[in-house]
Amino acid sequence: MLKPSQQRSKTKPLTANPIDMETMTTINLSQVKQSYDKIASKISKRIVVCAGTGCIANGAMPVYHALEKAIDEAGMRQFVELELNEHDDKQVIQVTGSGCQGFCAQGPLVNILPDETMYVKVKPEDAAEIIEKTIRHDEVIERLLYINPTNGEKNKGQLDIPFYKRQNRLVLGECGHVDPENIREYIAHGGYFAAEKAFKRMTDVEICETLVESGLRGRGGGGFPTGRKWNLTRVEQSEKKYVICNGDEGDPGAFMDRSLMEGNPHRVLEGMMIAAKAIGADEAYVYVRLEYPLAVKRMRKAIEDAMEAGVLGHDVFGSGYDMFIHIMEGAGAFVCGEETALMASIEGKRGMPMPKPPFPAQKGLFGKPTVINNVETLAAVPLIIRHGATWFNQHGTASSKGTKTFALTGHVANTGLIEVPFGTTLREIVYNIGGGVTDEDGKVTGEGFKAVQIGGPSGGCLTEEDLDLPLDYDNLIAKGAMVGSGGLVVMNKQSCMVQIARFFMNFTQSESCGKCVPCREGTKQMLALLDQVIDGKATEETIALLEEVGHVVKKASLCGLGKTAPSPVLSTIEKFKQEYMQHVHDKRCATNNCKALRNITIDPEKCIGCTACARKCPVNAISGEKKQLHFIDAELCTKCGICYEVCKFDAVLGFN
Amino acid sequence: MIKKVKTEPNKNLRQFQQVLEIIERNNHDKARLIPILQQVQEAYRYLPPQVLTYVATALNMPVAEVYGVATFYAHFSLEAKGKYIIKVCDGTACHVKGSSKLLDTLYSKLKLNHEKHTTDDMMFTVEAVSCLGACGLAPVMVVNEKVFGEVNAKKCDEILKSYQDAETESAKVENQTANS
Repeated sequence: MLKPSQQRSKTKPLTANPIDMETMTTINLSQVKQSYDKIASKISKRIVVCAGTGCIANGAMPVYHALEKAIDEAGMRQFVELELNEHDDKQVIQVTGSGCQGFCAQGPLVNILPDETMYVKVKPEDAAEIIEKTIRHDEVIERLLYINPTNGEKNKGQLDIPFYKRQNRLVLGECGHVDPENIREYIAHGGYFAAEKAFKRMTDVEICETLVESGLRGRGGGGFPTGRKWNLTRVEQSEKKYVICNGDEGDPGAFMDRSLMEGNPHRVLEGMMIAAKAIGADEAYVYVRLEYPLAVKRMRKAIEDAMEAGVLGHDVFGSGYDMFIHIMEGAGAFVCGEETALMASIEGKRGMPMPKPPFPAQKGLFGKPTVINNVETLAAVPLIIRHGATWFNQHGTASSKGTKTFALTGHVANTGLIEVPFGTTLREIVYNIGGGVTDEDGKVTGEGFKAVQIGGPSGGCLTEEDLDLPLDYDNLIAKGAMVGSGGLVVMNKQSCMVQIARFFMNFTQSESCGKCVPCREGTKQMLALLDQVIDGKATEETIALLEEVGHVVKKASLCGLGKTAPSPVLSTIEKFKQEYMQHVHDKRCATNNCKALRNITIDPEKCIGCTACARKCPVNAISGEKKQLHFIDAELCTKCGICYEVCKFDAVLGFN
Repeated sequence: MIKKVKTEPNKNLRQFQQVLEIIERNNHDKARLIPILQQVQEAYRYLPPQVLTYVATALNMPVAEVYGVATFYAHFSLEAKGKYIIKVCDGTACHVKGSSKLLDTLYSKLKLNHEKHTTDDMMFTVEAVSCLGACGLAPVMVVNEKVFGEVNAKKCDEILKSYQDAETESAKVENQTANS
């Protein structure tokens, strides 16, 4: 069942197989679009409920059902594609789910089109009011609007909310507008026309040249020019080639690929089809992390629908070429994001990387030439074919063309998914789109920015002095960080950088596959050294040793995981040397995050001598008489925090 | 002298019927070992050792190779898990927003620790997992398939209690039906 296309070579002329000719239906995209557009013109209002993982967790589905019910109760007619024909003259209301609209912190999101009114944090109880006021009488419900935390103003919709207004959503464009589970809607938005163009009216060389000209570089981390990668695979002589879409987005703090696969799965498939045509492949795999059940489900449905519609299968668009796409679910290994490890995983083996060369372009999946691209890279391809290379490369900087999606998270007011052109500054992202840095209680204070961790476990930190740096591939490498897959974690002054470094080291250490010594042993040693710093047992030599081991791991490891694993540590040592030294010399963690370095005391002003802490202390480190001030013996104290929890008067200090 | 052993030829067959079906559905294809193990785990909730041996024999592969794959990937478990699997996301965003505190809360509530992940009554399994990609809602906790966002100690208590209550309720109903 794996290789259905092997039975039939793509080069075989169609007439040689008359049986297939009869059973195959060639899809006419323009016809599908026209008929859908006609039906869609009956829609007076579209209510788009965000159904990404974030909003669903916030309760988007009950809102969706409540809206449907409210429409029925209001006696209005709902859009049902099958029940409607073009001669129907009644106007209808469409309630639809969409992929991630990006503004996760404000979910569940309800966007009303064409008015462009966006309601945030909607509850099922609001449904009837939305239908009555906004849908029937075009009134805006003030209390459901987004309130800008910086000036307290209410913003009506995506055209006004700074989070959206300052973005440039090309790749994410249709995410949040189209229903990801409706292929006809995707086609009506111009979908699959680029694939048709590539299959019927472009040669493989033309496609590769367009890609080279567009300047598109891999969005998964490496930043290798996509057109060149395709060219290298195209020139290989082989009767079988593969395309792989790398959706094994393992970087903690990154969810761009998830959102794309959930929000616009057909765009990803279309990009894969174009890649296949460009290199001469007829079979492709999508490798999706199993931690993304919704993405798996939507991609699977997209493939089924595309097969049924005749977009995928034998003789696509009547071009004589075949195209089959399979889903492969990962099994929870970060290293499988590395291309050779990923291919081993598809082959049913342990996901361990192989030395390169041979590159996948020469010997990839099952030993055949293979192109492997990230989800976001492939999602950009249909746009380039549709609008042309010059349209694409007008965005971005000299070396990095186009736009990049980032997952903006951490201590920032507007967490979510954003897309900006390369060259945008960090200040713009954090303060204008992100709405500013938040404190521990989630309030925007206007200050408190400490650092941004970019690129996850392979990346590094950027500090206040880098706020005006235009973000692109090369500028970031020069700063010891990298674009990576695009996780952007903002940290406020309460974050301990040694702890952050340890967090990433702990991650890479446990995810190291163990094949090569520098990575397997090096990451373990680095983690142990970091623990010494955190436990207050380190000396200045510890830091020097940490750097030395880091450089060895960086140089000598086999694959990208090991080569970049020391980056978070080296980058924080470089940028926050003082903070490390404070841990080493003063045995103090200024942010109070390092448990062993905490200085726990009792506030004499607040302590009333209730004895609650002394009774609960597991090591009897607290002394004091009833109604008298209590004391903590620093020698005995294990800094477990029980006294802090039981004190009703907030008299225990040192736990933040 | 040949000892006559009473065998039940159908017992083993029945026991592995489900595994056999899964392997057949995957065309006995070695390259599909990972999907096969995923489906087996779905059916059994974990990978019992004898099943691994069976899979290896059926696919004509060394047991060590199957075992190697099963132990390489974090998703596969060679130990039985509880009825409710609580996954605490330990991605960057969740980490900076206090996921380790959340994990500690769960451990102390369910009397578990870093070595012991499943409660004695096989009801709850608590595990820290890598990023679930719901970073906008950090810290995130997933019970079986249901995602809970912005979980603090209080919310965690409520979630846990709702599952415990549902269990006691269904146990009561079962008792009543058994008695009547």
